[in-house]
Amino acid sequence: MTPYAMHPARIIARRTETEGIYTFTMRLLDAEVRRSYRFEAGQFNMIYVFGVGEVPISIVSDPAEPEILEHTIRIAGRVTGVMAKWKVGDIVGVRGPYGNGWPVNVARGRDVVIITGGLGCAPVVGLINYIFRRRADYGELHIIHGVKTPNDLLYRERFDEWRRAPRTKVYLTTDHPDKSWHYKIGVVTELFDEVTVPPSSIVMMCGPEMMMRFAARSLRQKGITDDAIYLSMERRMECAVGLCGHCQYREHFVCKDGPIFSYHTVRQRFGESGI
Amino acid sequence: MNEPLSMPKAVLDDLIALLRGEGLKVLGPVANDGGVTFAEVRAVSDMAVGMRESQEPGRYRLSAGVAGEIFGVVNGAGSLKPFFFAPEEPLLEVQRERRGFQVRETIPQAPRLAFIGVRACDLAAIAIQDRIFLHDSFRDTHYEARRKDAFMVAVNCTRCAPTCFCVSMKTGPEATAGFDLSLTEMEDGFVVRSNSPAGDAIVAKLRLSAAPDDQIAAAQARIGQRAASMQRRLDTSDMPGLLYEEAENPRWNDVAARCLSCTNCTMVCPTCFCNTVIDVQEIDGNMSRRVRKWDSCFSLEHAHIRGINFRPKIHDRYRQWLTHKLASWIDQFGTSGCVGCGRCITWCPVGIDLTEEVAAIRAQRGKR
Repeated sequence: MTPYAMHPARIIARRTETEGIYTFTMRLLDAEVRRSYRFEAGQFNMIYVFGVGEVPISIVSDPAEPEILEHTIRIAGRVTGVMAKWKVGDIVGVRGPYGNGWPVNVARGRDVVIITGGLGCAPVVGLINYIFRRRADYGELHIIHGVKTPNDLLYRERFDEWRRAPRTKVYLTTDHPDKSWHYKIGVVTELFDEVTVPPSSIVMMCGPEMMMRFAARSLRQKGITDDAIYLSMERRMECAVGLCGHCQYREHFVCKDGPIFSYHTVRQRFGESGI
Repeated sequence: MNEPLSMPKAVLDDLIALLRGEGLKVLGPVANDGGVTFAEVRAVSDMAVGMRESQEPGRYRLSAGVAGEIFGVVNGAGSLKPFFFAPEEPLLEVQRERRGFQVRETIPQAPRLAFIGVRACDLAAIAIQDRIFLHDSFRDTHYEARRKDAFMVAVNCTRCAPTCFCVSMKTGPEATAGFDLSLTEMEDGFVVRSNSPAGDAIVAKLRLSAAPDDQIAAAQARIGQRAASMQRRLDTSDMPGLLYEEAENPRWNDVAARCLSCTNCTMVCPTCFCNTVIDVQEIDGNMSRRVRKWDSCFSLEHAHIRGINFRPKIHDRYRQWLTHKLASWIDQFGTSGCVGCGRCITWCPVGIDLTEEVAAIRAQRGKR
């Protein structure tokens, strides 16, 4: 069978995260496909809208329950525009999982620093959920999140919930605060002064490349080496199987060699325009 | 490889007839619209006999050549690529149902193909496409269906175009792999070599005699002369490192000022494989085909995702193309993506020559 064939899946739940961001819970229709389906935290599926097209979407549900697939989708373009109208009971197309996962095994027993920037970074939400469900396996958890404006802060309640959890610290910052903002002000890297982590920590990042590049530089000053820093990269992924050529970043096909890379392997020219 | 045989020119018609008799669709170089492309041939007379072409950066002209010469034209814009990796083809048909949809794979019912007159560079290109589409982590079933069991009759180059640089890329001018039969055209006939059991079976039916030593020597000498006289060169030393290190070289701005981003180079390239899949719906809205089409890294949308274009400038896109072709391709597939066929030079409307660009980047190495 062609690697492009998608499987029908039924939407069994729909949740509005905020305006324009929805989480859909899906279940593959074919019992055999469903039983053999396995994924790792950080992997993605190609989600198909009949007659319109496909988009790559990170899986945010837990890999221990692979029969349930949750995808948080931000309405941004032609394909996701149709997804905004999806209801419970609708049948959609799913193929995957693709790419690699977060280094959750490497991180076991160590302090974990999660850094995100920009609008609703779905790949790290799945990761944070994963760690919370296995909390005893991990050390201190630091969640650092920066947004341009307070309106860009999605999941505010979730951040507050994580902040109250034991052995967990949450740092939030914005460049342009308003009256409602009672967290930090400034860019993400300015928060690093107050974050104390041992050099043995493992870092996982997702967000704008410039932010991640500066974050890696600040982390180096804390003694964290580039090979202990992992990040999820974004490129145009059309086929998800390394055959269409769009998602190339130097010698890497982000869809199959990534989307998660050790910073060590991608740091050359990282964040520069035009690569 | 078996011992060389001698084949009178007239017997090429018998070879075509034999292949056709076995149910193969035979394709050879055919003059068409001022160029030469691979198209179906029933006899030698269908091919571009007695013609030669002249090529230079940004220019291609077909004209009368040497009477009786069958493979006088080195190449045209079309390689074998479109026959295996179709420029446009449906991958899937998605049929809407009352609840959901059914997915049907549309594997092409392609006839078995035989190509006559394939140059060594194009054989090397097919080997590269095989590596991408058949021997990577995912196997492309559509490419496989078209590619399977194709019969290849190679022609060793006894003439080359000034745009050729296969010697630099170590792909020619003599075919050494990936063919069933090879022909070296001499005034008095062909020297034929078989390189596969399928090739052996065909030559057995042609009842050819062993080639005399002097004919073999003359054919070998002519191929050797071509290799020695090839003027265009591409220095591949320090690849892939050179182009990774030279991402800021000033030459990229210089070439970007000339490049029109027209995508011609990627369309004529026998190894470029970028593609995109679009949905084409039936008018009743109940069936949608997922159609794959060739794409190009020169298109503005190629690296675009909502809100970000990773390669907005021609500078970025030309650099991506050349860096991928000559450098990152090596890391990805264990081989250069260039076979030295020279098509991107000939068919560039402004005559950009990648060998010249690489030489200029090399000359300005370390500059910013």
